[in-house]
Amino acid sequence: MLFQIIILSLFLFSLGLYGLLTRRSSVGLFIAVELMLNSGIINFIAFNRYLAPTQVDGQVMGIFAMALAAAEVLVGMAILVMLFRLRKNVDVVGMNTLKH
Amino acid sequence: MGQWIIDNAWIIPALPLFSFILVGLFLRPLNEKLAAGVATTSIGLAWVASLLLAFHYFGAEAKPTIIAWSVEWLKFQEGMTVNFGVLIDPIAAMMLVVVTTVSFLVHFYSLSYMHGDSGYGRFFTYLNLFTFSMLGLVVAPNLFQTYFFWELVGVSSFLLISFYYEKPAAVAASKKAFIVTRFADLGFFIGILVLGYFGYQISSQVQTGHQPLDFAFLTHPDVLKAFAALHTTGGTSLLSVAMILVFMGAAGKSAMFPLHIWLPDAMEGPTPVSALIHAATMVVAGVYLVARLFPVFATVPVTLEIIAAIGLFTSAFAAIIACTQDDIKRVLAFSTLSQLGYMMFSLGLATMEEPLGYTAAMFHLFTHAFFKALLFLGAGSIIHAVHSNDVWEMGGLKKKMPVTHITFAIAVLAIAGIWPFAGFFSKDEILATALHGGHTVHFVGGLLVAGCTAFYMARIYFLSFWGKARTDKASHAHESSWVMLLPLCFLAVLAMTTGFVPFTELVKIGPLAHEGIDMSVAIPGTLAAVIGLSLSAWMYSGSFTTSEKVAGGLGQFYVAIKNKFYVDEFYQFITHKVIFRFIAQPIAWFDRNVVDGGVNLTGTVMRGWSSAMTRFQTGQLQTYLLWFLAGTVAVSVLLWKFLGI
Repeated sequence: MLFQIIILSLFLFSLGLYGLLTRRSSVGLFIAVELMLNSGIINFIAFNRYLAPTQVDGQVMGIFAMALAAAEVLVGMAILVMLFRLRKNVDVVGMNTLKH
Repeated sequence: MGQWIIDNAWIIPALPLFSFILVGLFLRPLNEKLAAGVATTSIGLAWVASLLLAFHYFGAEAKPTIIAWSVEWLKFQEGMTVNFGVLIDPIAAMMLVVVTTVSFLVHFYSLSYMHGDSGYGRFFTYLNLFTFSMLGLVVAPNLFQTYFFWELVGVSSFLLISFYYEKPAAVAASKKAFIVTRFADLGFFIGILVLGYFGYQISSQVQTGHQPLDFAFLTHPDVLKAFAALHTTGGTSLLSVAMILVFMGAAGKSAMFPLHIWLPDAMEGPTPVSALIHAATMVVAGVYLVARLFPVFATVPVTLEIIAAIGLFTSAFAAIIACTQDDIKRVLAFSTLSQLGYMMFSLGLATMEEPLGYTAAMFHLFTHAFFKALLFLGAGSIIHAVHSNDVWEMGGLKKKMPVTHITFAIAVLAIAGIWPFAGFFSKDEILATALHGGHTVHFVGGLLVAGCTAFYMARIYFLSFWGKARTDKASHAHESSWVMLLPLCFLAVLAMTTGFVPFTELVKIGPLAHEGIDMSVAIPGTLAAVIGLSLSAWMYSGSFTTSEKVAGGLGQFYVAIKNKFYVDEFYQFITHKVIFRFIAQPIAWFDRNVVDGGVNLTGTVMRGWSSAMTRFQTGQLQTYLLWFLAGTVAVSVLLWKFLGI
């Protein structure tokens, strides 16, 4: 069963990575990052369940990761809202001012 | 009071130091007149203190060497400490009086002479610095402190020669003086290192209770015995090498041939500076140093022979050149060279058994300081009135400047060596040294130089004061202000009386066999002076046809003398044609092409590299991500392939 779950996690990660590299909207990037994060959390829980069933470390770590991801999204979305107000779009290709 | 001043002798050099700081930093920007006044007053106080010290010190029956004050300055290691202190012995006490007297009179004189100059306050600041340095040098109890102040007087001299720094000639002269004396000081410094290194080794064997560089250590008989036993790998005496190096420094400062070239050019400085630094005090520092280390020189007689030879040669050489120069200050400068040579050869002829030459040199230093300062200040007074240095643009000043005339005449008689003026007595001692020591060459040479001295001094005297005024400026000359005349009169009194100071009793390094006036020396000496004076009077007091005939008769020889025997041209050739072309230019090429090229190459490579790297900085988040991904994959593959993880 572990193998199928890891395949699922790998699929989710690859999907996220693909989205991260191809999407132009910042919101899309966010969603893709969340997919990658979730694939990681699934790995935590699956390995915990099948390799050390008497302990809960992996599950606790998963809950932590979810909470942190939520907080991070909060901050990220706030920045995005400010950026949108400033530039009237959230296109990531146009955001290259840090180059200079 | 007298004992107190000896115990607190440090205040004599400290007074000019404090006034230098006060005047230079605080008073000069506020009020230049006040600054000059404070500077002069402080030197005046130092003068009074020196006189008190000298009267008390020389008044006592015993004249011991006293370390009046001493603090630990540099501790290199155990048994090798350099102290900073004040040493009082007969020559130091004598020099304190000479330096402060001349310095005070020059300060006073400059109050009027430099009046209206844009650098009025700066001038007095530098003069204070010089006086402090010179006093510190005089009282130094060890070679290290001597060297320290030796360089400080060099700096003050540099600053004062280039006082008129808008004048290219003054700038060139100051550089020349600095470079020549620095070159000589290199030898002095190596000499100090040699003495210090071997002195330290000796100090572990010989118990003296002094530090290796102290004069008390270096002149200690046991130490000298140990020093004399040391030889270089070549077999020459180590001490003779060290002392020749030390003498090289002394020769540079005292402008002995062939290092004399800076002194005539140093006359570009203001005339009071020439009087103080380049006649009375700083240039005698070399003579003073040789006297200070005299027992060490006497241990290796060959060095004394060298000193005597160089001294006599410089003396004659400069005296001959002085006969032909037209610039009044240059004549005086060559005369200073000549008199310094006199002192040097006198020191060179002295021995520890018969140290008359030592006393005679110090005596001549003492008297020379006053009458030469008088000559320079008198020349300054003339230049102030005529606005020219050229004696051919003067003439007929006898009536217009009576006080300057009389004081100048006294100085001329003093330097010529006519009884009862000061120069007679000291020159007599020097000639007596040569005669009684059996040095016929030096005796005859000394007599000829004495005649020559009388001749050229009388020449500038007659040319500037007698005859008719040869230019408009000379015919409209006026006597200088009393502020300038007062020091002249005071120095004239000194030039008349200092010969009667019982010097042979006050300053000596051992018992003297010959004292007092000896007719077998005094008569030829005076005769030489009288011949010189009358020859000059015959040639220069009326028409100049005789002098022109003599100059024409000498032909090429006269031209060579007039051009100072082309020594400057020789140096010019060596420096420009040899050193610059074959050493400096290749080094400059190497610096410009190899060293700078290397630096530029590094810069070019880094610039190209960084401009290539900036291509990667696109600002595109997703491009960065792709590179990041590629990197991660590459690292993973590497780890998997090579480390098997």
